[in-house]
Amino acid sequence: MMLLHDFYQFAIAPFQEFAFMRRALVATLALALSSAPLGVMLTLRRMSLFGEALSHAVLPGVAAGFIFFGLSLPALSIGGFLAGVIVVALAGWISRHTELKEDASLAAVYVVALALGVIMISGHGTQLDLLHILFGNVLGVDTEGLLLVAGVSSLSVLLMAGLYRGLLLESFDPSFLAAGGGRNTVYQQLFLMLVVLNLVASFQTLGTLMAVGLMMLPAVSARLWHDTLPAQLANSAVQAALAGYAGLMLSYYASVPSGPVIIVCAGGFYFLSLIFAPRGWLPRILRRPHLRA
Amino acid sequence: MLAVQGASAADARLPVVASFSILGDIVANIGGDRIVVTTLVGPDQDAHVFQPAPDHIKSVARARLVVVNGLGFEGWMERVTQSANYRGDIVVASQGIAVRDRVEEEHDHDSHDGHDHHHGKNDPHAWQNPANIVIYTQNIVAALSKLDPAGAALYRKNGDAYIASLNELDRWAIQQFAQFPPAKRKVITSHDAFEYFGAHYQVRFLAPQGVSTESEPSAKEVAGLIRQIRKEKIRAVFIENMSSPKLLQQISKEAGVTLGGKLYADALSQADGPAPTYLKLMRYNIGQLLAQMKLN
Repeated sequence: MMLLHDFYQFAIAPFQEFAFMRRALVATLALALSSAPLGVMLTLRRMSLFGEALSHAVLPGVAAGFIFFGLSLPALSIGGFLAGVIVVALAGWISRHTELKEDASLAAVYVVALALGVIMISGHGTQLDLLHILFGNVLGVDTEGLLLVAGVSSLSVLLMAGLYRGLLLESFDPSFLAAGGGRNTVYQQLFLMLVVLNLVASFQTLGTLMAVGLMMLPAVSARLWHDTLPAQLANSAVQAALAGYAGLMLSYYASVPSGPVIIVCAGGFYFLSLIFAPRGWLPRILRRPHLRA
Repeated sequence: MLAVQGASAADARLPVVASFSILGDIVANIGGDRIVVTTLVGPDQDAHVFQPAPDHIKSVARARLVVVNGLGFEGWMERVTQSANYRGDIVVASQGIAVRDRVEEEHDHDSHDGHDHHHGKNDPHAWQNPANIVIYTQNIVAALSKLDPAGAALYRKNGDAYIASLNELDRWAIQQFAQFPPAKRKVITSHDAFEYFGAHYQVRFLAPQGVSTESEPSAKEVAGLIRQIRKEKIRAVFIENMSSPKLLQQISKEAGVTLGGKLYADALSQADGPAPTYLKLMRYNIGQLLAQMKLN
């Protein structure tokens, strides 16, 4: 009984006492559910760095939203989403009509977008302040932000379920769907749109660092645990959720900034996975070749 | 050198440099038409992070008198006067006031070691007590009179008039604060500039626990601040320089307080702002404090 009480005091009471802790947790969990699986699909398509690139690409849109509509969450989010989608579409168009591969054209376009964003922001007050203002903090999630994250998360999970087969086939053989009617661009574009949507939502609520970290870290470590994609997807979401909870607890008890420590927790899980996961380092050393066909 | 003399011949007014905007306003009030005041750290600028530009060095080089606050407030002044090769007098306006030590934050939290006390032991923010400005004024009158004996009568007259308005401000403020019992004179603010003010008007300024820097706060710090506001039952909360305005909104919502507006601590506002002179700054700050204390 005493133990149960202690556990409650330690693990649950902070969330009962403070609404900001509850909101932070809910937002992180919702995001874990959609972002991390999207990250798995990104790694599967060898696009692990796309998330990072796209997270920069949304800046001019966010800046434009701020300049025209001020600090309104819908304006900032829609602006960021549009900028991300335009960058993706432009990079896709370039890669279809020139010699450049998609990652090369994206690398070019996103840097320009980022530079434009910095210019737009610097016209309005100091850069640093505005970057803080334009992007959220996990401890400052408000109702609006919570609705945004929940909505985006639900939409992403549903759409991913709908696109799952096509994405999967395409992921393992990009030429397959291309030959079957050129629908690869549709899947690819829809998928990247989802990525942008998730990044924008987590930017607005959780802050810049959280967005890409929560998407990619659980994803790459989940791939070390399982052979099948569904298991990887589930594992990544669980890892992201655990990292979110552990990070918030650490931030609450050890007084470290929440966003970064959540990412560090995800990084810790990644490190453990690297060593102990079935496809990690330790089993590889221990495994004798003849034990496994 | 010739150019400077030529300029001062065309413009007979004495070039005087004041280190920051509040001091500049006081000096200008005393000097009137006989001097031209250049302020190094302008309105809405932070003297703590001041970076001298070539223009600043130039105005110090041309100055006949430099007025500083002292008490370690202008750590960069020596470098500036050296670069400008300034040989004239430097008046320390705070000379002769009762210096207060910087308050060590005394609460029992352990999350506080990251603080950056860049002023040393003395608290330089003496101008937050109008009684100190009376002494500032006397020091500046004396220095100007020594430099420009022909204007001594005017400086004295202006100084006396300014002291009269300082006393009027002080009486008004004491009256205003007297409306509140001491228990209600409590304010949470992230500024560390109100030690002199608090001692003079018996207002307790509590530092927000943890959340005071511009770096990202932790959940522990935010929780500590909310608990503090609830426990002390303080509704007068002034916190501005936190990294995320959204976070600030959430804290005020959760703790059930309305955050007060801006308090002007180290600098005047622009001319069209609410605190373009020292006297207006004090009245504005006091108005803000009173409005929030009513909620306590």
